[in-house]
Amino acid sequence: MPDPYSLRVNGVDCEVADSDIAESLLFVLRERLGLTGTKNACTEGECSSCAVLIDGVLTCSCLVLSATAAGQDITTVEGLGDGRDGLSVVQEAFVDEGAVQCGFCTPGLIVAVHDLLEANADPSDGDVREALSGNLCRCTGYGRILAAVNTAAEAKRSQP
Amino acid sequence: MTSEAVNTAAGGSTATGTGTDTIVDAGTRGVGADVGRPDGVPKVQGRFAFSSDLWADDFLWGHTLRSPHASALIRGIDIGPAVAMAGVYAVLLADDVPGCLTYGLEHGDQPALADGQVRYVGEPVALVAADHPDIARRAAEAIVVDYEVSEPVTDAEAAPTAAPIHPDGNVFREIAIRHGDLDVAGEVVVEGVYEVGMQDQAFMGPESGMALPDEDGSVELFVSTQWLHVDREQIAACLGIDEEKVRLTLAGVGGAFGAREDLSLQVHLCLLALHTGKPVKMVYSRDESFLGHVHRHPAKMWYRHHADRNGHLVKVEARIVLDGGAYASTSSAVIANASCFAAGPYKVPAAHITGLAARTNNPPCGAMRGFGAVQTCFGHESQMDKLAAALNMDPVELRLLNAIGPGDRLVTGQLITGTFPTAEVIRQCAYAPEPEIPLSDDRRDLPGGSGRTTDAADTVRGTGFAVGFKNLMFSEGYDDYSSAACRVSDGVATITCACAEVGQGFVTLAQQIARTELGVDEVILAPAQTATIGSAGSSSASRQTWMSGGAVQAACREVRAQILADVAAEWGVSPDGLVLRDGLVVSLDGQQEALLAQVTAGTGYEADVEYHHAPTEALDENGQGNAHVSFACAAHRATVDVDPDLGLVRVRDITTAQDVGRILNPTQAVGQIEGGIAQGLGLALMEEIVLDDGIVRNASFTDYVIPTTLDMPDVTIAAFVEEPEPGAPYGAKGIGEPPTISSSAAIAAAVRAATGQALPRIPIRPADIALG
Repeated sequence: MPDPYSLRVNGVDCEVADSDIAESLLFVLRERLGLTGTKNACTEGECSSCAVLIDGVLTCSCLVLSATAAGQDITTVEGLGDGRDGLSVVQEAFVDEGAVQCGFCTPGLIVAVHDLLEANADPSDGDVREALSGNLCRCTGYGRILAAVNTAAEAKRSQP
Repeated sequence: MTSEAVNTAAGGSTATGTGTDTIVDAGTRGVGADVGRPDGVPKVQGRFAFSSDLWADDFLWGHTLRSPHASALIRGIDIGPAVAMAGVYAVLLADDVPGCLTYGLEHGDQPALADGQVRYVGEPVALVAADHPDIARRAAEAIVVDYEVSEPVTDAEAAPTAAPIHPDGNVFREIAIRHGDLDVAGEVVVEGVYEVGMQDQAFMGPESGMALPDEDGSVELFVSTQWLHVDREQIAACLGIDEEKVRLTLAGVGGAFGAREDLSLQVHLCLLALHTGKPVKMVYSRDESFLGHVHRHPAKMWYRHHADRNGHLVKVEARIVLDGGAYASTSSAVIANASCFAAGPYKVPAAHITGLAARTNNPPCGAMRGFGAVQTCFGHESQMDKLAAALNMDPVELRLLNAIGPGDRLVTGQLITGTFPTAEVIRQCAYAPEPEIPLSDDRRDLPGGSGRTTDAADTVRGTGFAVGFKNLMFSEGYDDYSSAACRVSDGVATITCACAEVGQGFVTLAQQIARTELGVDEVILAPAQTATIGSAGSSSASRQTWMSGGAVQAACREVRAQILADVAAEWGVSPDGLVLRDGLVVSLDGQQEALLAQVTAGTGYEADVEYHHAPTEALDENGQGNAHVSFACAAHRATVDVDPDLGLVRVRDITTAQDVGRILNPTQAVGQIEGGIAQGLGLALMEEIVLDDGIVRNASFTDYVIPTTLDMPDVTIAAFVEEPEPGAPYGAKGIGEPPTISSSAAIAAAVRAATGQALPRIPIRPADIALG
């Protein structure tokens, strides 16, 4: 067991104790800190259901050894809400456009779309498709997800 | 930005019937309205609890040791090294299964744990429970199994005459359909042999759940599944305890598509929990998931179509062989579907179709979206294109000439009595304006994508068309009823139904139906479970909108009748003159009204109903009989760009029209159609479980590739063809499967049109085009 360490998740310092050194950030978020919003569809870096932001960089948390993330700012889907009913414009757009079916890919997509719209306020269709091409979804065929990204981008641009 | 291509509901809807009599008052959030999912907000916030998110005090992690061999005897198992590991609480083998060792949806031929023999790669051999998932995995790896490996049977055509690999033999089912005058011959005859690869459902949420033991020997299981009550039946039999002692609750389901109809880890979790006395959780890894559930049957199909020189079909002959893999699963129903629908949605006066589902040492195959109809749709639509070419006819005109409809008979002799608007679906799709898609210089739009493998100048374009159909609900005499309870108290409705919400949106529909029937706005959905409500049947066969929707509607109507009877008695009027609307009981003459909250204060009203569809019958020895309840069809037109030298394909547009009965929620309908088409695109171009002597070679999302945002084109829904189905609640048909049935065939036809190649197999691999 490594010494206890602290992870800064969504602005809160969280003590991680009794954790095996081999545990991924995904495992620690889900099983030790109770933040199960970050999903485990493949746990080998192929689907982006576990996407988080580490110091602002979009990352598959399943590929990061947890202890190496100490001292960095980690943002998960649970940390993205604001605005109406605690929803971000991206979350709101996903709900309104019918972009959610089973919802297992949704948290990773929400994080990825936040990341995209931070970097590019007015992405083209090709930009959106390329940015989200690592996020696998099996239910939707992506049509409503792409519509939600458009809606979110417009809403974000019209914000004061 | 563009995303205008989806042309939905209002613009494209075709209503050719009425059926509005059943709608009481849809209001803004009732049936037909574009209502959002009740679980939408928790899902976007990451607060929705999936079956892999469960937690309990002091719980253990389970892990499964699986066979690395497709065929082997087990001479001995040494669990000593695993038991000796710190943190290990249990190691279980077949001898530890206290009840019936085998289970199965149709035939109980699959061992919960291998008993002396393994029959496919991935077959569960031993179970471990430990206090950390890595310890459980390492302990499973430490178990020493002494295998005597034998040559596997991997060829479905050869299996029936090979030595039996199971006491029940190597044939799951043979079926023959003989219809009409089999001696007739056509003036024009075309033949073809077609193959379909093994597709995986590849849902995102891995198999997972948690079992909690009780001191009285009972067990509680939270699990993702498609059918709680049939799981309970099989689990209780394996555990050797009464069904009442097994209580299932649906945990959040991350997609299903057929893969959760069979048991996976349900018995294993309960065994470990009862053995250790502790809660046990299991979550399959992705590679384990590829081994841990059934797949779509690979198919080989021989076809001969006869037509007169004007293009009228005279006779269809077909032989279909499905590889069922090592255990029965739903193979006998899948081959029945494949055979019954093998001629397509056409008027066929004579047909001779034989179907075989064989047992091999390949991974077990069972339910996947489209269930047998997908495979034969690729066959019959390839044949229709071939026939059109032989007749020098337009392929769409040929299909219209032969399109089946009400008053016609299927090759099973069944008279079509419900709606079946094949011709309208074909016309709406085929004659929709062709999308203007300029050949793009954006590499992301080219075959091969941004890898810069293709130049626009090297690509050729093609367009293809296909139409397909299948049955709704279970067939051949099976009574797949659904149960629902409704309670109205203090003006709030609570619906209880064991229907598995797998992402399809039944929870939204249940609320819409209750609002429409009861005139309330607030509808609470109780958890789906087995303790207090009867079976809802499976979330498969495009059946829950009809069956559980029907059960919810019937329960609500019974409660409504009770309320109106009491109020009518109090007011001294006839209940026929009263309605429930906007949270009020209102007399139609406008003279009296009362708050529903007041009328139902305190104990309230409740009803618990079972809803059955019209009975069906078994097929006779000639495959004739009224075996199916209802049918739905869809058509697809695909536009593709192909680099013929590299064998790369980029789908640029899919246009579709679908027979839906009636649309109950437009956005959810669009989502089902787009999602179903994506799975059809995957089967056409990229998705296949690759086997090598029964060994799965691509059990990961790196090697089993599913469509991404860069693979899916915009989908144009040219029309929801709305002809309300008699007998269906609100006239609505299930819509989940048709998008997956003919989309693959349309894409294959488009690639053929672009390349001029025969391409008799899907998925179409780059080498099939480049080296074909």
